[in-house]
Order: sequence, then C-alpha cells, then structure tokens
Amino acid sequence: MSNDINVNPGLRESATFDRTTMAEIRRAADSGIYDIRGFGAKRKLPHFDDLLFLGASMSRYPLEGYREKCNTQVTLGTRFAKKPIVIETPVTIAGMSFGALSANAKEALGRGASMVGTTTTTGDGGMTPEERGQSSKLVYQYLPSRYGMNPDDLRKADAIEVVLGQGAKPGGGGMLLGQKITDRVAQMRTLPKGIDQRSACRHPDWTGPDDLAIKIQELREITDWQVPIYIKVGATRTYYDVKLAVKAGADVIVVDGMQGGTAATQDVFIEHVGIPTLAAIPQAVQALQEMGMHRKVQLIVSGGIRNGADVAKCMALGADAVAIGTAALVALGCNDPKYSEDYEKIGSAAGFYDDYQEGKDPAGISTQDPELAKRLDPEDGGRRLANYLRVLTLEAQTLARACGKNDLRNLEPEDLVALTVESAAMARVPLAGTTWVPGQSF
Amino acid sequence: MKTIDLAESSIRELNQALHDQATECTEREWEVLNPKGQHNIACGLDQNLAVDIQGHAGYFCAGMNKKAHVVVHGNVGQGVAENMMSGTVRVKGDASQAAGATAHGGLLVIEGNAGARCGISMKGVDIVVKGSIGHMSCFMGQSGSLVVCGDAGEALGDSMYEVHIYVKGEVKSLGADCIEKEMRAEHIEELTDLLNRAGVDEDPASFKRYGSARQLYNFKVDNASAY
Ligand SMILES: Cc1cc2nc3c(=O)[nH]c(=O)nc-3n(C[C@H](O)[C@H](O)[C@H](O)COP(=O)(O)O)c2cc1C
Repeated sequence: MSNDINVNPGLRESATFDRTTMAEIRRAADSGIYDIRGFGAKRKLPHFDDLLFLGASMSRYPLEGYREKCNTQVTLGTRFAKKPIVIETPVTIAGMSFGALSANAKEALGRGASMVGTTTTTGDGGMTPEERGQSSKLVYQYLPSRYGMNPDDLRKADAIEVVLGQGAKPGGGGMLLGQKITDRVAQMRTLPKGIDQRSACRHPDWTGPDDLAIKIQELREITDWQVPIYIKVGATRTYYDVKLAVKAGADVIVVDGMQGGTAATQDVFIEHVGIPTLAAIPQAVQALQEMGMHRKVQLIVSGGIRNGADVAKCMALGADAVAIGTAALVALGCNDPKYSEDYEKIGSAAGFYDDYQEGKDPAGISTQDPELAKRLDPEDGGRRLANYLRVLTLEAQTLARACGKNDLRNLEPEDLVALTVESAAMARVPLAGTTWVPGQSF
Repeated sequence: MKTIDLAESSIRELNQALHDQATECTEREWEVLNPKGQHNIACGLDQNLAVDIQGHAGYFCAGMNKKAHVVVHGNVGQGVAENMMSGTVRVKGDASQAAGATAHGGLLVIEGNAGARCGISMKGVDIVVKGSIGHMSCFMGQSGSLVVCGDAGEALGDSMYEVHIYVKGEVKSLGADCIEKEMRAEHIEELTDLLNRAGVDEDPASFKRYGSARQLYNFKVDNASAY
C-alpha cells in the first residue's frame, strides 16, 4: 500500500498479489485446508451507498418531521395465513442459530426485537426456550439439516421460514466446528459432541419447486393454516427463484444478498458466490409484479443492511421489510474496541474479527464458552438492540418524510438515483443527473 | 371407530378432525377411505390414535407424527413419517424416497421395499424394512436404527454419524465413512428387539452391521478428497 506511511514509497504492492492474498497463500500452504470464517463478504461491492434519495423540492413536497405521520407498520403473511404477523418497524432480526450464537445472545436478540415490536428468527439448531420466551414474535426456520426440528416448536412459532439458502453461501450448508458443539448444542442437534459438523445443503425430503409446494402444504396442514410461511433464498437467480417461490405457495419471500453474514463458511464461498443485495431487489420485485403479487406476497431483503438509509433504499426499491444479522450482532457488542486486547490475544483486532466458527468471541456473542458468554448481559444487549432498531426506524422515516411519503412503503424507485453506472444498472434507477438507466434506455 | 371418506371430505377436514383429538380425545380409532394417493394425509398428529388408511397415500403421509399409530394399507409417496417423533407408522406396501427422513423417534415399518434415501438424516427413529432399500439410504443419518431384510442400494450410510444399520441381504456399496462392523451380543439383542417390535420373522444372526468409521467427524487434511 503506497499510502501506508511506514512503507518506503519506492516499494510498490501488487494489486493482484496484495498482502492479504499472500497471507492466504501462506495460510493454505501451512494448513492444507480452506479458510472457514464468519461475517459476510468483505470485498467492496455495489451497495446502497451508491444510491441517493432525491428528496422533495418544487415538484414534490415533504412531510413535517415529528408532526406528520409516517407509518412504519407492516403486515407479513397476508396471502394464506389465518394469523399474519404485524411488525411495528420493517426491520426484522434474521435467523441466526443457537450454536453459532450463545443462548444469551439469542435471548438478547429476542428481547430487543420484542421491545420494538418486530420479529426475531431461530436458526440452524432449533428453538431454545430462552429465545421463545423472550420473543413476542418468533419465526421458526425450517432448514435442510432439520436439527432440533420438532412439531411442538413448529406449532409454537409465529411464522415458519423454509430456508433454501443464504446469501453468504447460496448452494452451501451450514457449518459448526467442534469447539462450539458443547453438550447442549450436541444434544439439541442429536450429534456427537465435538465433531466438525457440516449441515446438509439440500432438504432431505423434497427436491425442486413442485415438491416444495407439497412440503409447504404439509407445514400448513400441521399448523392448521394459522401462521405465515416464508421462503428464504440466497440471491443468485433471484428473478426465477422468486417466481418459483410464489408458485410453491410462499406467503413471504426472504432474499439474502451476497453481503449477508454467516456463522461459518468457506471464505471462497462467501466472497465468490451470489449477487449483491442491490442487484437482487429489482429482480425480486419484477418477478412479483409480473405475477401480480407485489405487496401480496411480501418481500424481505437482507444482506449488508447497516442504517436507516439502507432500510429506506430497500423499501424504495420495493421491499416490504428488511432483516439484519451482522448489524444486530454489532449492536450487541460484536467487534467492540473495548475488547481490543482480547481480540489481539486471539490474533485478530476489533473491527476485523470474523472467526465466529472458533467460538472464542471476546464479546461473548458467537461462542458457547460459558465464561465468555457471561460477558453479554441479555437485558443490556436487548436494550442496545432496541435502541439501534429505533434509530434505523427513525432514520428511514426521516428519509421517507423528506421524499414526501407518509408510509415507508410509499417510497419508490423514482425517489432514487445512482452514483455509479454499476449501481444504476443493478438497481435500475438513473445515474444521478441523467435519465440514463443502463440496459434500459440510451 | 370414525370413518372419513376422502372422496367426500378434504385433506384439511381430515387433518383438522385428527388434530382436534390432541386437545380432547373423543375417538381413538379412525379409518380413512379413498386416499387415492393424496398428499399430507394424517400429518402432524399428536395423540394416541389408531389410524388406518385404506389405500395408497402420497407425499409426507403421517409426517411429524407424535404418539399415533398409522397403518397404510397400500403404497406411500415421498417422505412417509418424515420427522416422526414417536408412535408407529406401518406401510403395508412400498415406500418412495426419503422414508422416515429426519425422524427423531418412534417406529417406521415398511413391509414392501423403500426407495432412495430411506432414513436420510434420521435422528433417533427405528426403521425396519422387510424388502430392499434404494441408494443413498441413511445419508447423514445421525441416530436410531435402520434394519433392512432385503438388499441395500449404492452408497449406504454415506457421511453418517451414529445410526446402527443392519442389513441381511447384499449391500451394493458403502458410502463415505461407512464400514462394516462387528456384530456383538448387544447388537443381536437390539436387532432381535427391533424385529420383534416390527413383527418381522427373521434370524438376527443372518444380518450384518454397518456404522460410521468416524473418520470424517473432524476436518483432517488427509480427508480432503472427501470434502
Ligand atoms: C452468526 C450468524 C449466524 C447465522 N445463522 C443462520 C442460520 O442459522 N440460518 C440462516 O438462514 N441464516 C443464518 N445467518 C444469515 C442471516 O440469517 C442473514 O441472512 C444475514 O446475516 C443477513 O445479512 P447481514 O448479516 O449483512 O445483515 C447467520 C448469520 C450470522 C451472522
């Protein structure tokens, strides 16, 4: 890096073989096994920062902050479920497994989500009583591994999310390394303690959309058609996946872009498979619109959502709600500089830590070590998460009002412009200051 | 006994009537007529009921069963008794793919043959098949027992964990990390019990046992080709 002040400017680092690349080659040569890590894609991708809101002026008039209402409530699962879910803010908590996360962390997520009236989601490891108890609205994931899956928990859920894939690893199954398979985790998953567990990547009892339709009908039958059924896909061939998910009978579709976080996946998978969240949303919305199902089958978008602007941009592109994983963990204390010394001891640094699979998280979140887990007080964590969710909501409202919208869902692509040609093409909005949408008009 | 004729009632009506028994049990014996291969028959039961299905059933018959005793007097489609927790499911005919997939408990008896992936990801169920089973059976099987009186197809027990597999006939091939294991007294005892519970008359001594070599339990460089 030539801008690194300690390096002689005469030395030039290769852009192709930079230090991170070389370190990985050495690591591979030492160990003989691929790098497994948590977190999401770290490379720079076209993202929401590449979009701007136009705001109101002469041709649009804005709403008064605080005085004029801007609705944030969203109802999910209006298609078939007898009991759709009403969330007070369109920001939901994404599925993260007990096993990957400590019981305290799961409880904190439930507490924070409940305080602001939104949903939280189980993960690849079943439902814990702590989580059910502290989550007023809990989505139960139905995954290929079916770890801890049982009809009692299914019937306790407020919604069911059939997971086909994740943005961090579309086409891959979960991983949980031995360090985190403690007695409780092993027992919940019916696995031997301490093994390096690789979850299945395909569902065991159905293949393809026609089978999935029957599977969804089974889940509805078992729960007497009470609760909404979501389908979660990693963003790849999103246009087609969304159409097939609607055909298979989904009430809600969750599309997770490639920036989406994970607890443990091969680095090569995280960085090289899937499409950015930004590119996936217009595909999903187009598919829904063509089927006359936009807003009837709700769309939840996740993958790299950090602030209220990201939320508002997702909604403007046509999402009904968003889900957050990594950001929620950061709100709880993940990567907090107050643990700098501890991060250094395990060869990492605050702000860089991604080895969730090792279970040594100094913040006590992605761990099963009882001593580390104690560092996260679930009540305090819950409050922090609730605060953060409130900020996201307020920020999104601020932007919506500035665009003259009295409901977050009234934001529209017309409110947006893009800063780069790439993001304009992906988000299908004009490059700022032009009428040019690459690929659509010349 | 209560009879529900699926020529007249819908699957929804049938399942709701059976589910209602979980809160208040008014009738223990149920008969289902004219199933005609429909899907999701008698799934999600949660009561000690005896349900006789007079004919063929489609996918996910008796899925996620708890406590109930379901007999299918015919063949079943994919995923019979998937994720069963307890109770018994008996199929008089043949079963399609993924019979007993991910099931945690109870007993699944298939009097005919079972298709591919029988007992895939099983988590504690006991499965007894009088006939033969298809390829990739017990793939990633975690716990429970799988008894096969006929033959097993290719890649039996691939990437499995702690299931006890007993096969009387020929095994076309074993999957990754699945090996033949010694039949000790405790295994003969377990198998005798399983055969008795299933009402199958076979000599336990004529079976071979298969299980995990446990070589893929932890990542090892030497196993790279298996990942
Ligand atoms: C620690 C962790 C564990 C996760 N576990 C699961 C899981 O069990 N099932 C699942 O569908 N997704 C899982 N995910 C992915 C999230 O549900 C979500 O798709 C992703 O985190 C969204 O992207 P974001 O992290 O950028 O917000 C996990 C993510 C993280 C960070």
